[in-house]
Amino acid sequence: MRLRLKGLELRGVKSGDAVDRLRREMTAQQDRYALHEGRVAELRAQQRSSVVVAADGGKQKELPLAQVVDAYRPNAMGPVAKSLAYAGNVWEFVADDPRESNTEGGVFPAIFGTVMMVLIMSVVVTPLGVLAAFYLREYARQGPFVSAVRIAVNNLAGVPSIVFGVFGVAFFIYVVGGTLDRLFYPGALPTPTFGTGGILWASLTLALLTVPVVIVATEEGLAAVPRGTREASLALGATKLETTLRVVLPAVMPSILTGLILAMARAAGEVAPLMITGVVKLAPALPIDSAWPFLHLDRKFMHLGFHIYDVGFQSPNVDAARPMVFATTLLLLLIVVLLNLAAMTLRNRLRRRYATGAI
Amino acid sequence: MAVANVRISVPSREAAGPPISEAPMVEIEHLSLWYGSKLALKDITMSVPKHRVTAFIGPSGCGKTTLLRCLNRMNDLVDGVRIAGTIRIGGTDVSDPALEVTELRKRVGMVFQKSNPFPKSIFENVAYGPRILGVRSRSDLDATVERSLRAAALWEEVADRLDDSALGLSGGQQQRLCIARAIAVEPDVLLMDEPCSALDPIATGRIEELMLELKASYTIVIVTHNMQQAARVSDYTGFMLLGELVEFGLTRELFTNPRDPRTEAYITGRFG
Repeated sequence: MRLRLKGLELRGVKSGDAVDRLRREMTAQQDRYALHEGRVAELRAQQRSSVVVAADGGKQKELPLAQVVDAYRPNAMGPVAKSLAYAGNVWEFVADDPRESNTEGGVFPAIFGTVMMVLIMSVVVTPLGVLAAFYLREYARQGPFVSAVRIAVNNLAGVPSIVFGVFGVAFFIYVVGGTLDRLFYPGALPTPTFGTGGILWASLTLALLTVPVVIVATEEGLAAVPRGTREASLALGATKLETTLRVVLPAVMPSILTGLILAMARAAGEVAPLMITGVVKLAPALPIDSAWPFLHLDRKFMHLGFHIYDVGFQSPNVDAARPMVFATTLLLLLIVVLLNLAAMTLRNRLRRRYATGAI
Repeated sequence: MAVANVRISVPSREAAGPPISEAPMVEIEHLSLWYGSKLALKDITMSVPKHRVTAFIGPSGCGKTTLLRCLNRMNDLVDGVRIAGTIRIGGTDVSDPALEVTELRKRVGMVFQKSNPFPKSIFENVAYGPRILGVRSRSDLDATVERSLRAAALWEEVADRLDDSALGLSGGQQQRLCIARAIAVEPDVLLMDEPCSALDPIATGRIEELMLELKASYTIVIVTHNMQQAARVSDYTGFMLLGELVEFGLTRELFTNPRDPRTEAYITGRFG
């Protein structure tokens, strides 16, 4: 509503029916907010009660009830109850939001952010890398220029990742994001919408970081497609495009997926470029939710790799957070393995379909 | 066969052999070809009769394959090729640069030296050409695939595994699959570039039988290293040496009574 008001102002409308109506709506909403705030304060006051916990040694400790999350009596539990409690803890770790400045609770937003970032990166990097490789190998006239491009691509794979991060900030966030903001979200300025770190820019930065891997793998695959196979298609009267799409592309699919697996493995573990392109310690909302337009690519997100760094080295109580660090690390490894397994299954399925026996 | 009543006219000096009085399918006139600055084909003039098997023999590097690949313009794919002269197939000038090469290649099928099935199922291999031509209906494709595979004498062996990968077939089966794939688009001319060089004698025998059957409906041009094969399957034979068509004529004549001493030297095994 504030944005709509500002939008009107930007268009030069300073008064009139529309502005008055918006102002009235705004006051009404503010009144409702004050009402809710009052009720929250009331509820908080009711929570003042506390429990007294007594241990065997006769010690007693008083805890405010609001701080108690869970209560167990471990000595009284049987094996079944114990395993249930244990499973509950694991579930809490995987599916809950973090508490107490990340040292307690779960890591679900970080899992979600990591997986989603890798998926967006895959969606971007696959067409980019495959098109580049097809152009370099199939369409471009082989010469010094193409060789130079190829060398540059290979060198790109050796550039330190933080350099990509800096490039991402300079190019994606400031140039592209800033331009988008000026064009489409002038009402929100000076608060940036796309002109700040977000999951889209982080994914694009990682896509740049991993595109050489996909290009190299696809090119190797293209080189392995026998010349005779292409000629067979051309000799049947197929055009070059038909040959490329119907014969060559299916034949290099396993190589493309190999490249994608390597790219995903690298992207999932990368932290340095993300720290400056959109990862935060605690994201207030997931990049996908039920509010329109459902997918919020401009939102900042949490990431397991950064979470490890944050909990392990930046947390107020490092010792208390140590189990979280280990558990998160294990989880990150598991997720990388899972993503790879999925891609590998797909690749093997394709291989079985296309190649049985020697060529 | 009708070969017996072919009239052979008086030999002329320009043509490498007697002109052939049968209806020509492919006519080649003063064809020369250069790879860069190297002359690979020297002023070749000949005609290939319709519904006959015509063989080219000669030592490696003599230009047989190059000549064959001129007929469906596969040499266009090689950098630095320059061609002079004309080639007419069924009356159309195919050396015309304005000609739609893909249209030509749909009329002139090719089977390669090394069998090169696509890494797809057997069905998809044969259906590839018709699909390119725009056939979409499944029943039409089924019919074409069956007809082509039967024509290539492969149907009995693969009928129950059309959806298996073509790469799982044996070498001879793969080559017959390539023949089926080439005839699925019903070309006028079938070019075969040493189709049996990688096959054992039994598989070779099957393909040779196949050629004799196919020549009823297609004009076949075959390149071979194997003189016995040329003698067995072809009606006409051309002997090539260093880019030159030394002699061209009826296979029986060429093998029993060669007019050029170089041909005689080659077929009796004194060089090459």
